[in-house]
Formats: sequence, C-alpha cells, structure tokens
Amino acid sequence: MSLISARNVTVCYGKIAAVKDVSLDIHEGQIVTIVGPNGAGKTTLLSALMGLLPMTGEVSYFGTVSRPGVEALVRAGIGLIPERRELFATLSVEDNLALGGFDRWRAGAEDAAFELAKIYRLFPRLEERRRQVAATLSGGERQMLAMGRALMGRPRLLLLDEPSLGLAPMVMRDIFETISGLRDQGVAILLVEQNARAALRIADHGHVMEAGRFVLSGPASELARNERVSEAYLGVAAAEDPPQE
Amino acid sequence: MNAFFAAYLAQDGLSNGAIYCLLALALVLVFAITRVILIPQGDFVSYAAISFASLREGRVPGTVGLMLALTVLAVAIELARDRNRFAPRVLRLAAAPLLLAALAEISPRLHLPAVVDALLATAMVAALGPLLYRIVYRRIAAASTLVLLIVSVALHFVLLGMGLYFFGPEGVRAEPLIDLAFILGAVPIKGQSLLILATCAVLAAALFAIGERSLIGKALRAASINPTGARLMGISTEWSGSLAFLVAALIGGVSGVLISSTTTLYYDSGFLLGLKGFVAGILGGLASFPLAGAGAFALGLLESFASFYASAFKETIVFALIIPILLWRSLAARTGTD
Repeated sequence: MSLISARNVTVCYGKIAAVKDVSLDIHEGQIVTIVGPNGAGKTTLLSALMGLLPMTGEVSYFGTVSRPGVEALVRAGIGLIPERRELFATLSVEDNLALGGFDRWRAGAEDAAFELAKIYRLFPRLEERRRQVAATLSGGERQMLAMGRALMGRPRLLLLDEPSLGLAPMVMRDIFETISGLRDQGVAILLVEQNARAALRIADHGHVMEAGRFVLSGPASELARNERVSEAYLGVAAAEDPPQE
Repeated sequence: MNAFFAAYLAQDGLSNGAIYCLLALALVLVFAITRVILIPQGDFVSYAAISFASLREGRVPGTVGLMLALTVLAVAIELARDRNRFAPRVLRLAAAPLLLAALAEISPRLHLPAVVDALLATAMVAALGPLLYRIVYRRIAAASTLVLLIVSVALHFVLLGMGLYFFGPEGVRAEPLIDLAFILGAVPIKGQSLLILATCAVLAAALFAIGERSLIGKALRAASINPTGARLMGISTEWSGSLAFLVAALIGGVSGVLISSTTTLYYDSGFLLGLKGFVAGILGGLASFPLAGAGAFALGLLESFASFYASAFKETIVFALIIPILLWRSLAARTGTD
C-alpha cells in the first residue's frame, strides 16, 4: 500500500513557489530519499507533507485523499524529525521521550514503559543521559533523542530532515545504520539529505531536487551511478571515498 | 505604628497577596503557553464573586445566561469551521456548560451548602475560559504578541459590557466561607484570611506537581518550550490553549469566590485585581512562577502598608512599582546579552 502518494504538489511562500509540481510515492518498507543542494525546497516539501505548510495538489495518506492537520497525521502514524530537531530543551531526555508517546497515551495505550525500553536498547546513550536536560546533549545525542522521541509514537512512516547535519562521520554512520534498521522493522522512511552518497546507499528509491523540482527520479542504485548525479552531488568525494562494503 | 497594627496590616497584605499570587500564576501560565496577556483575568474574578453571592441569595446567577450565550457562539463557529462529524466536537464543547447551567438553574430550590455554591460558581467561571479561547483566540493563535494583547484589551471591554448586562450594576458581598475569628497573641486572625492563604498554597503546589509529574503537565510545558516540537508530538495548539484558559479561569473563579467576603465587588472590580496580578507577573518577566508568586506577596504587603500611611495614594504606589521593575528587568536583560 502506498503510505503517501503525492501528485503535483506546489508550495508557495507568498508569490514565490518553493516547491513546484512535485509528485512522489512512498510504499511500505521503503526508504525514499530526496537529495539536492541547499535551498532546493526539500525541507519545505517535508513540512507541507506533514501539514505544517499549506500546499496545492493532491496528496493521499494511507490511501485516503484528504488534507488533515499535523495532529491528525501524527495520530495516523506519520512522524517528522525536523532539521532543527525541535527538542524540548529544558526538559529531561526521559521527559522528551515520554512526550513522544503523548498522543498514544492519550488514545489509551499503556505500553509506554515497554516502548521506552525499546528506545533505550536502540540508543543506549540516551539511557545514560536520561536525567539530563535535552539542551546539554551533543549533536549526535540530540539527533538520537529526536529519533527516539519520534519512534515513541510508533510511526509507520518517518519523515527525516537532514539527520546527518552537523554530525561527526562516525556518529553519522551509526545514524544511517539505525535508519536502515528501522526500514527492516517495517517503518517506511522519507529521507531528505544533503549527503547524497550516504542517503543513496541505504535508499530504495531516490529523487534529485533542484530549484523546487524533481529533476531526476529512479531506483537509488541507478541514481548513484548516474553521471550527472555523481558529478553534482557525489563529486570529488566519489573519487576520494571508496565504497565501504 | 505599633506591632499590633503591623501584624494586622501584614495579615491583610498577605491574604491580598495570595489572591494576586493566584492571578499572577494564571497570567504567567497563559502567557507561557499561548503568548496571550490575559487582561480579562480580573473579569473572571468579578464574575465568580457575583455568581457566588447570587447563589447564596438563592438567585440564578447571570453567569448562566453569559455561559449559554458563549456556548451558542462557540458551537456556531465550530459548525461554520467544519461540518464533518461535528457531533462529538459540539458535545465536548457544550456538555459541561449545559450541565452547569442546568445545575445553577435548579440550585435555588435545592438550598445547597455554601461550599457547593462556591464550587458551582467556580466551575461556571472555569467553563468560560475554554469557550473564550475557542471564540476569540483559536483562529489568531499564531498572531504576534502585540495583536494578542490588543485583542485581550478588547475582550476585556466586551466582558465588562457583558458583565454589566448579565449581572447589573449592584455591588455584592458574600458571607465568608469560614466564619471563624480568633485572637493570636493580641492580633485578631480572620478565618477567611487563612482559607485564602491555604487555598493559594494548595493551588500553587498542585500546579507545580502537575507540571513536574504528570504527562499532561509536561505536555503543557512542552507546548510553551517549543510549540512546533509539541505539535509534532500531537500536542495541538488548540488543546494546550484551551487547557491553559481553563486553568486560568478556574484560578480566577477560585479567587473571586474567596475574595467575595472580604470586600464589596462590582461587575468591573476584577480589573484592578487582575492588573495587580499582572504587575506581580512582570516581576518574573511573565516567565517565572516563583518570582511572580513572591512579587505578588510583596505587592500585597506594600499595598496594605501604603493604605495605612498614604491611603489616598494606595493604588498609585502599587502601580508605580511597575516602573522600577521594568527598569530593573531591562537592565538585567541588557547585561545578560552583551
């Protein structure tokens, strides 16, 4: 089943269109990635799909066409981890995680402790720091907390905005490993990344976005081999950084 | 002044301070979560005091009409917004006000004890909070703080007019809830003063406990710390705003019932009380609960002693306090950022 099926989505800031006529499908068990330069409209597209920005076009979520707000999408099982993480800076790590399960708790779920234990198994660092306030975490820990918090809501689809932003290479590799692990557990992922190499390596399907449009789309492995993509986004790095497998 | 007068004035100052403290806590709470400076906070106090006095006299309070009018308006707005599956939403909106209105309508025949009347008056005023949030603030929740302030001022004047229409111009004074007085070391202590202080302590402690321990309290704090992050957790602006207004109106209601026996209150008396809560609130930059609370008690004491030494300038002295507070806060802020 198609989790999100978007047709001809356009998002405008005033008169300026930041996303133009974009179509996109995400199926169960897939990682779909959108790569492209700064300012291409990737974050705007994610925000609009999450109901945070108004858009035109037709989008169906889990097979039903409607234009629900953020809260309804969260309840339906979609989580967004924004580029700025948007953590609750003065609350403890554990409180941040607990609030990730707020919507499920309100709907009557009683397995918060079980979910929390799962998150701590996934990110042991968070358990070590569970009494600390979120503001004191390092960049990598903040990303772990943002992911853990979103996973507490048990989403079926995660929208990830630049998860590697500002992370050390080692931490980045762990985060990407976790992301592909999530896919194996049945969470579909829409991954927006500037680090095209890492994103295309774990993704099933990819889109290249430039100036608000998808200029190239296809299976991730094909995009990674595409000359234009390697020139523009994998660039010199392609020569310097041999494949790790 | 001898020690006897000092103790007497202090008692008065502390019990007024406790009321300002409650109002200040409500203002800080609402501002933290919605960025609304709740000028109408004082109106809740008048409404509750008059409602309580009416119930004690065996009359149906004007609050019933006011509440029903607001409920109809809120339901109409809800219908205009979205007609899909509106039944549960309308029920959630109207159930509590309708129930309370029915209860108030039959209350004169039941001859309820004072405590029940007090709870009923408080509950009716509390119900006004979420209704006003939905009618007035929900649509403009993302507006600038200045716009929200201007709307608050306008809402205060509307509530003033509605207060005059529904309650009439007469002043009311209710019997104290606790008719108790005793002498403690030559100083007469009023039971109502103790009740006010105790209620303030209990409510402040409850607010603290809810914010620290419960998930709902943490969700409210999350909504004030990071609204975007909160929405992504399914904590909607509407939910947190309605809840903040419910708590603020509840606190206003409790304050009104408590204060109704200590002074004669008119439909427009609450404004000055709310304003004093605001002065205490800005002492903590409308952000710190402990500072706002401490400021409120200092304000109550200052007012009490000012009324002894220079009673004509009582209000002037209290409100002039805002100037050094603002000066101190702006200087403190500057050293902080440089």
